[in-house]
Amino acid sequence: MDIYLPIAEISLDVFVLLGLGGVVGFLSGVFGVGGGFLLTPLLIFIGVPHAIAVASSANQLVGASVSGALAHWRRGNIDFQMGIVLLVGGFAGAAAGVWFFGLLRRWGEIDVAISLSYTLLLGTLGSLMLVESTRALLRQRRPGARRKLHQHIWLHGLPLKMRFRRSKLYISALLPITLGFCVGVLAAVMGVGGGFVMVPAMIYILGMPTAMVPGTSLFQIVFVAAAVTVLQALENGTVDVVLAMVLLLGGVIGAQLGTRFGTKLRGDQLRALLALLVLAVAGKLAFDLTAQPADPYSLEVLGQ
Amino acid sequence: MRPALLLLLLLSWWCAPPAGAAEPLVADLSTHYIAITTGFTGKDVVLFGATDAPCKQHDAKAGKCDVVVVVRGPNGTAVVRRKSQIAGVWMNTLQVTFTGVPDYYAVYSTRPLDEIMSPAMSALNDIGANNLRLGVVEKDRTPQQIAEFRAALLRQQQRDDLFVEAVESFNFLNDSLFHLPLSFPANVPVGNYTVLTLLVRDKAVVGGQTSPLIISQDGIDAEVNDFADHEALAYGFVAVVAAAMAGWLASLPFRHA
Repeated sequence: MDIYLPIAEISLDVFVLLGLGGVVGFLSGVFGVGGGFLLTPLLIFIGVPHAIAVASSANQLVGASVSGALAHWRRGNIDFQMGIVLLVGGFAGAAAGVWFFGLLRRWGEIDVAISLSYTLLLGTLGSLMLVESTRALLRQRRPGARRKLHQHIWLHGLPLKMRFRRSKLYISALLPITLGFCVGVLAAVMGVGGGFVMVPAMIYILGMPTAMVPGTSLFQIVFVAAAVTVLQALENGTVDVVLAMVLLLGGVIGAQLGTRFGTKLRGDQLRALLALLVLAVAGKLAFDLTAQPADPYSLEVLGQ
Repeated sequence: MRPALLLLLLLSWWCAPPAGAAEPLVADLSTHYIAITTGFTGKDVVLFGATDAPCKQHDAKAGKCDVVVVVRGPNGTAVVRRKSQIAGVWMNTLQVTFTGVPDYYAVYSTRPLDEIMSPAMSALNDIGANNLRLGVVEKDRTPQQIAEFRAALLRQQQRDDLFVEAVESFNFLNDSLFHLPLSFPANVPVGNYTVLTLLVRDKAVVGGQTSPLIISQDGIDAEVNDFADHEALAYGFVAVVAAAMAGWLASLPFRHA
């Protein structure tokens, strides 16, 4: 059964879209990752225009993150002060990213830019995950040495120091602002939440307590994704709300099933599988970028 | 819808032949309005027409008689880009922006165009995709480049079924009465179309008639598209709120599990 996507102006099979959302949601449930980094390339593979795939992914990200963020809020696992400082950077990054996105569109290079950034991102991410999970598979887990509350690094000493009570930190606000900015740009240009950058950076660079990390990261993703959605709609007109809703429906169900499934399986093997999947998607993108196109000419009709 | 109907009425009045005059050709469409709704998979419109003299057979005595139908969508701007390899990656490196490009263009004729009329005549009447008068925005492109990009434009539009040239799909019911199915694909652009029907005899146009055709989005999709176009900011906020609500609602059944 085909569904007409009013902004993309194409018809796609609704079950394919539901299934796609479901698979990506399932993976995110199993692995606890956002899954946005797989959703956009898969949408591109089934024929959604690059720019619309990115902006609509940001839209569905709002819905996919909101329930998680609420759950963490109920458990008191969100450092709102840190979240708001991250958002200051995040909104600026979203604005800069959407502006840059529009510029790339006018130059006619948006498709290449999106494919290229995804190839780099997924290639790096997939390789790291593969190395990490092979190592984990090869050796038994050793009891970890007791760590300090957090390591102080020179970056924490930059000006504009702020006290973050919930995270028990006294560090420069420039750090979370810069981090938020980078993730905002990523969300705008690639339609991803950036959890894969945010979570390690919050733990290893900011030094936040691990319990606060997922909730605070989700909190800022909801609002950055919301800002990206509004700005993309305003600047580029690339948000397809029907597409986002269908993906969301599949995604939420998939995520719930994934969460249950994930507890019954061994993590190391699953992570190796996810790494291979991510690498396969990166490989396909790289192939499409470098293979001789069937027709080197492409056409964009701008209307009246 | 209402202004569109009014326009349609005006146009049909304007296009109607004056009373009493013996027209060499009369033609009209089975419908003047195509609505694109959620399940739209393309539509056939029937053009039917009558000629004043037998036109079915091309016998030497009666003189050669042909019908040419030109369906033209609204004019727009089209950017054609060419990729070339830079550091292994195929990137768009050169573009030509054409103006006056019809969103949809179809020519149906009883015989190949070059047999019906002289090249000068088809060029003069803007008949045939190769005769479209297109403007070029970039001033520093060579004629060679423009020709290549123009060919690419036509090729791409033909591949998408938006530029059509077809011969011999006319069905003659008798010597002078004919009908012709005009097939519009699922991806047909919206707008005000004109359907020009010409009667050609011995390489001269002896009669012609223009019928209007309006293709427009209808229903919820049209409203979403309109809203996104005209109230982009509000649309963005609605999209965010809808996604947040949907995400929250969809997670409710699983909450206590």
